[in-house]
Formats: sequence, C-alpha cells, structure tokens
Amino acid sequence: MQTYLEFEKDLADLEGKAAELRAMARKGGGVDVEGEAKLLDGKAAAMLADLYANLDPWRKCLVARHPDRPHAIDYIDALFDEFTPLAGDRNFAEDAAVIGGLARLDDQAVMVIGQEKGNDTKSRIERNFGMARPEGYRKAARLLALADRFGVPVVTLIDTPGAYPGKGAEERGQAEAIARSTEMCLRLGAPLVSVVIGEGGSGGAVALAAGDRVVMLEHSIYSVITPEGCASILWKNAEKMREAAAALRLTAQDLRKLGVVDRIVKEPVGGAQRDRAATIRAVGEAISQELASLSKKSPAELRAARRRRFLEMGDATLA
Amino acid sequence: MNWISNYVRPKINSLFSRREMPENLWAKCEGCGQMIFHREMAEGLSVCPSCDHHMAIRPRDRMTALFDGGVFVEIKVPEAPADPLQFRDQKRYPDRLREARKETGEQEAMLVAQGAIGGVQTVVAAQDFSFMAGSMGVAVGNALIAAAEAATRAGAPLVVFCAAGGARMQEGILSLMQMPRTTVALEMVKEAGLPVITVLTHPTTGGVTASYAMLGDVQIAEPGALICFAGPRVIEQTIRETLPEGFQRAEYLLEHGMLDMVVDRRKMRDELAKLLRLLLRLPPRIHGDLPAPTPEPAAAPAPAPAPLKGSGA
Repeated sequence: MQTYLEFEKDLADLEGKAAELRAMARKGGGVDVEGEAKLLDGKAAAMLADLYANLDPWRKCLVARHPDRPHAIDYIDALFDEFTPLAGDRNFAEDAAVIGGLARLDDQAVMVIGQEKGNDTKSRIERNFGMARPEGYRKAARLLALADRFGVPVVTLIDTPGAYPGKGAEERGQAEAIARSTEMCLRLGAPLVSVVIGEGGSGGAVALAAGDRVVMLEHSIYSVITPEGCASILWKNAEKMREAAAALRLTAQDLRKLGVVDRIVKEPVGGAQRDRAATIRAVGEAISQELASLSKKSPAELRAARRRRFLEMGDATLA
Repeated sequence: MNWISNYVRPKINSLFSRREMPENLWAKCEGCGQMIFHREMAEGLSVCPSCDHHMAIRPRDRMTALFDGGVFVEIKVPEAPADPLQFRDQKRYPDRLREARKETGEQEAMLVAQGAIGGVQTVVAAQDFSFMAGSMGVAVGNALIAAAEAATRAGAPLVVFCAAGGARMQEGILSLMQMPRTTVALEMVKEAGLPVITVLTHPTTGGVTASYAMLGDVQIAEPGALICFAGPRVIEQTIRETLPEGFQRAEYLLEHGMLDMVVDRRKMRDELAKLLRLLLRLPPRIHGDLPAPTPEPAAAPAPAPAPLKGSGA
C-alpha cells in the first residue's frame, strides 16, 4: 500500500484509477483495459516526475518525514554484514532511538550508529519516534570513543525530529549529553561519515553529524529548528510553516551551496519511498567512496581537517 | 554670565528635573517588586539587595566588576557575514540586527575581553541577552573562537558567561553549526592545558546549553538561572503535565549533578579568582592585595571630586 502525501492527492487518484481498472478486468474477465490503464500509468508517471522535480522546501519536509522512507535499520540490514549491536550508555539505560554497533562494510570493520524512528505503532513508541534521550547520546559517545580506540571508521545515519524534550531527559542532562557526543565526534581519530537520510533535527542531529563528510539524500532536510517551531516563534503562527521552511534554507541543495553538506545522493523519481532498494544502494556507494577518500589520513590529520571544516564555516553565505 | 548662571543653576535644575523622572533612578526588582535605587542596583551588580534576585546585567558592566581595577582590553572579533541566508520573517534579518545594535550599542551578542582576575590574566567572553536574546549565530561562534585564540596566545584561562534564548534562527543551519564550532574553540583552550570555566546565567537554553555551556572544566551558575535544552513550555506541550517547582533552575541542576556550584554574582569575582589560581597551581591570593600590579594612573588634581566610575576592586 502506497502512502500518499497531501500534495500527491491527484497522483493518488490517477494511480488508484489504474489499479481499479486492472482489478475490474481481473474479476470481470475478457474486457481489455490494459490500454487505458497504461495511459493512466503514463500520466501518473509524468505527474510524479513533475511534482518531484519541483519540490518546494515545505514539501521536502513532508517527503523527508515520509513513513515509507528507508530508515536507519533498513540501511544497516542491507548495506552492512555481521552487524553486532552494542547496547547501553553504562550509566542509566539503553535507548532504542539510537542503534549502534560494529559491522562490516566492503569487508572493512566499521562502527555504524543510526537514529531509528520505527515503522509501525509499536516500534515507533519503542524507539520514541527517533527522539533520543540523553542515554542515546551517551551511548553514541561511548561507541565513538570505542571506535577511536581501535581506529575503526564511523558511519552515522541521521534521522530524527530532534532530541526528546521530556522531563526526565532534561533532569538527566540532555544538553550535556548532546555536547559530549558532539565533542566526541570532533575528537575522533578515525574517519566519520554522516548521512542525513531523512530529518536532521537540530542539536539532536548535529550531535552525531559533526564529522569529516556530511552526505544528504536529495529530499532530506537538516535544520536548526522545525519549520513549525520556527513559524510559531518568528511568525507567532505555526501555520506559517511553508514560509519558515523556505526561509530556513533547510534543503540539501541550499546546504550544499553553504558548504555545510559535501555531497547529495540523488533519490529515485518520486522519492526514496518509491524505490527503497535503489536508494539504499546509492547511499551505500556514497558511504564507501567517502570512507575510501579518508582512509589514508592519520588521526591527527583527520582531527585537524575536521576542525578546519567547522572553523571555516564562519564565512559561509548564500548572498 | 557668571559662576551662578553657568554652574550652579544648571546643577540645581538637573537635580530637580531628574526627580521628576523617577523611572531613571529606580528599578523594580523582578523578584520581589522592591524599588531599588540606581546606585544600589549598580553596586549590587543588578542583584536585589532585599531578595537576592539576579537580574540581567550587561557584559560591559559585568566585566568592569570582574576584572581587577575594572581594567580590561576588548578583543576584536572578526565580523560575520551580514545576512547569509537572506532571511526574512515578519521583518528582514538585517533590520532586526540594526535595531538590536541601536538598542544595545553593541555590535553583537558576545563581548570578549582580556584582563586580570585576582592577578590572573584571563580571557572572558560574555553573552549579551539584551542583544537578540543572546542568540548564537556565526558572530557568537567568531567571538568564542577569538576568545580561545587569545587565551591560547596569552596562556590565559578562559571564562565564558552564557546567556541565550538559543540559536539565531535567522542564520538557519549556520547557527546550528556553531555548536561544533564553539566546541572546537573550547577544545583548543583545553588542549593548550588551560582551564575553561563556564558561568551559566539566566537564561541559558537550547544549542548554547548543548554545546559550550556544558563543556566547562568547572561549571558555575548564578542563582535562579533557567538552564535547559528544551524550554519548560515545549516540555509541557510534549508530556502534557505541569513541571515541578524550580524545574530547570540552577539549584535544580546542581541537585541533579549538572553543575559544580551556584554562586551569587556579588561573590563571583572572588570565587573565579580562587578557582583559577587553584587550577593554575598559583599561590593563594594574599588577602587585601586588591588591584594587582596594574599601573594605576596617578589621580589628577581634580577641581571637584568626581565619583570614581567602574572601580570594581
């Protein structure tokens, strides 16, 4: 079952009609509807290509949050061998919003850390919709330190609305946990490649993405605040999220221009949710290439270059 | 024209006209409502003498009170791009910036200076909540980097006073990038073997808390300061329950292990001087050796004894 977004309503009608025709033909028998159905398919394909060629920033937010997009777990399953999950922050709890562990990519040992939103009601609740608590960031920092100790390259998969804003999370030091995780990213003596696969939500995202290379999927977003949050603060009206999404420049394309993102991975026509396997493959290739380009560097070189990368962001501008 | 019309009459007039505008002379305590005379307010560093409520204090006033003899040298901060995203909400970002500059008389939300605290050469960066809620944009990142560079150059410790409503939304992702950027700045100081002390003042929130504020070697807060990642309103909307009394206040964070101590602003200078000397393994300060060997200009033979301004010693 395809899940349609609000701006895909006409498309849903077209694709629905084609499917209906074929279903009728199967039941009724004899009637040849294939010609007409093909015509509808063609129209739908053209509409889909057109819609996705011109996604405005707000629509990109909707696509980035699409429930059928591949999630961290899907990338880990498809791209990595011998994935060995490592759990717990050694202080308080295991946070299921952050998955992490050792694995192999192209036969090489890597540490993979991903933010996981879940894919049905039960798993979404279990994973807290991808919103990590301090334990998630402390686990990530622990795994980064472990990778550092053994020189194991790290891949992080970013997909979170943001860090969890809860009472317990605040009491246990959400801010400190995020700060330490960011600090650990910057201290890491091994390559760190981050891929924004869906939503890069503010401090909760940057805590795992302060790396050597930041890759973004074509229709993913990365922002200091959600458009809804920004609209309610600056426009005093949460309904102005379209304007806020545009003003924030949160698309992969704008972030590439600003130099915050190094590489954009193209999505299939109609977004990652339309061809999950192809999307995962393309992300896998990008990760392998980026890791290969960093493999010859010493820990000191990596750290120095990573620092420079952020220090030099003082001059970034679209103007 | 004589001495009376040139000097005495204006003086008398100014005394009377000032009395007609009590709002300039009196401030109302935001904690207990008590009216505080301006001189008392300045001497008490904007802390209420009757209820100890800590009100906002501007970075320059703070620094005057903090450095020995009120003497400090401002450190130049490289200018940030004016409007990197060409951001416009209900107002254009450059217009908001211009207004903030006019209102505060400052260029940006963080002031950096160097001077002696209890005889220890120290670099201080102080965030200005009255400048666009102290929000962290590229300029604040630049300020902390400049502070870190000055500290490592001088072999001086770094003290950072934090105060921010969060990220500068008008700079979008670039404001978010100041989290790793400022983390790099602090790391530079730590790597040089120098201490970093953060002082969290009211309010310290969002990305500022989740970066340099929480990365001090020692973390101090002012009494009653709101310190959080997500603000209380956001949390109440998420969990739909009311939060306990004092939640996310300095004392609450101290109890939950997120701070080393809560220090009254009027004792901050002594506490910092003591800590810095201990961390740098310097001998204790001799009691009473106030204004350290900074060259004091000889008192000019003034015709009238003017009140000494900014003698924080």
